[in-house]
Amino acid sequence: MKISRGEVITGRAFLLLMMLITVLPFISIFTTALYPSGTIPDGLSWPANPQWGNFITAFKVANMGTLLESSLSIVLMVVPIALLISTMAAFAIGQLRIPGSNFLLFLFVFGLTLPMGGIIVPLYYMERTIGIYNTRFAIALPLIALYMPFSVYWMRTHFVNMPHEITEAAQVDGANTWDLFWRIHLPLAQAPITSLGILMSVWTWNQFLLALVLVENPAHRTMAGALGAFQGHYATDVPLLCAGTIVVLVPTLVIFVIFQRQIISAMLQGAIKG
Amino acid sequence: MKSKLKSDNSPVASVPSRRNSSNGIRREVLIGWLFVIPALAFYLFFVIFPLIMSIRYSFFNWNGITKMTFVGLKNYITVFKVPDLFGTIINAFELVVYFSVFPVGIGLLIASIIHRVASGKFGEAARTILFLPQIIPLVAAGIIWGWLLSSSGLVNEILKTLGLGVITRAWLGDFTWALPSVGFIGVWVLLGFCTLLLLTGINKIDPSLYESARIDGATWWNEFTSITIPLLKNEIGVCLTVTVTNALAAFDIVYVTTAGGPGNSTSVPGVQIYILAFTQQRIGLASALAVLLLIMVLIVVIPIQLLSKESAQ
Repeated sequence: MKISRGEVITGRAFLLLMMLITVLPFISIFTTALYPSGTIPDGLSWPANPQWGNFITAFKVANMGTLLESSLSIVLMVVPIALLISTMAAFAIGQLRIPGSNFLLFLFVFGLTLPMGGIIVPLYYMERTIGIYNTRFAIALPLIALYMPFSVYWMRTHFVNMPHEITEAAQVDGANTWDLFWRIHLPLAQAPITSLGILMSVWTWNQFLLALVLVENPAHRTMAGALGAFQGHYATDVPLLCAGTIVVLVPTLVIFVIFQRQIISAMLQGAIKG
Repeated sequence: MKSKLKSDNSPVASVPSRRNSSNGIRREVLIGWLFVIPALAFYLFFVIFPLIMSIRYSFFNWNGITKMTFVGLKNYITVFKVPDLFGTIINAFELVVYFSVFPVGIGLLIASIIHRVASGKFGEAARTILFLPQIIPLVAAGIIWGWLLSSSGLVNEILKTLGLGVITRAWLGDFTWALPSVGFIGVWVLLGFCTLLLLTGINKIDPSLYESARIDGATWWNEFTSITIPLLKNEIGVCLTVTVTNALAAFDIVYVTTAGGPGNSTSVPGVQIYILAFTQQRIGLASALAVLLLIMVLIVVIPIQLLSKESAQ
């Protein structure tokens, strides 16, 4: 190795600078959140009299209790259904290789780069017509559908790489297609299913546009959707706004710290496969 | 397979015989399709159908309540003629430059530095921290930077400390600087993602290439230009696809920080579609812009995909 000491130091100094730029914004909103509500603090200084109560106020005015419940219920509706139906479809396309598989794959892949702005307007009128606008299904049902391109593609990559002998052996033993899927292939697909589930949970939690357009009451939205409404009300009260943002961020950050490895690798693999 | 084997219960024969009987095949196909139907139904109903409706609406004049009237291509012509509407498309492409060139360029730099001088614990910490902005809601990123870039925010504080007090301003409220500022927020969000993606690519490159280069006394720059970049074409392609799509389809950050202002200086198609449809009730015009947005994404993403796949082979 012929890396000079000087180069190591310069390189690491540059990395430190980049890390600093990444975390400074978080530190800044944290110190700001501790200033008395209604004041305009200056960027990055520790307040003389830290107002820890701001977090409680933000928790209350943002209606965090209801909000957590609503976000969780949306995640719990979206993720299991999306996982089940996308895995089933991917199983048929990638492992059973039913006739029309290529066409189906193309149809799903087509939706991968689709911007949500392209369908949000008809979605709104559609939901009004069928009566799910402003209900708990308003965000969940379209989200399940919007996850199909990525999830089917992701799970198909797994099923296409599973040796077909497993399927043949099971059929020899008289397993029907459902048993084959449920008892044999599903347990083998645990790893990609887990990653996909984590990814979809984070995406659902962070979903903004659907929540903004399809649900009027912020308390029935996703976390990100509610945060948008919170900003609308408290835009001028910077410390309270920062406290509210932190309250919303904490669950996400906790999940990230726990599932760091899975989240990072799932997001990267997801991009490469997609 | 002979038909009399069908009655044979031996394991070897039973599978092929079932496959050969046309009834069995039809049954299998039917069951296979039953597995696809739930996913397909959701997708067709909540994605493809609205997509087709967007195209349909775009040829009509409609306020969402009264009768629709067919106007042909008039909405599209309006988008191209009215500067405030066409400007959103220009802004979107300007955002593409910030959202993709900087994260990919700086990401390449950071990834190669991590690979060369920080392969241990330090590099691991750097990766985790740099990835952080990618997992928080974009709305939160918008709120955070909305405060940092305000007149009394951290950015101006730092500039003052550096003796650059003359250039301080409310960055997101400035006609010239608002769009670059929004672009900068995009860089902050996407940089870690690109860095880590490129780093996994670098780690896949045969280490002996770097070792022999280092034995020959190659500098960081030599390694970077003659090994890293050429062998990362595929990963760079993926980064560009993700970042370009993010830029063209941008909504959350812009809506939260500037809502398109000041004037229309940061307005992008996503935000303009929202305003046209939900505050001005001009559904046809909003839909025409939505269709153009779809076409823009396809026009930009397909060549990137083709180029990076081609050169990777």
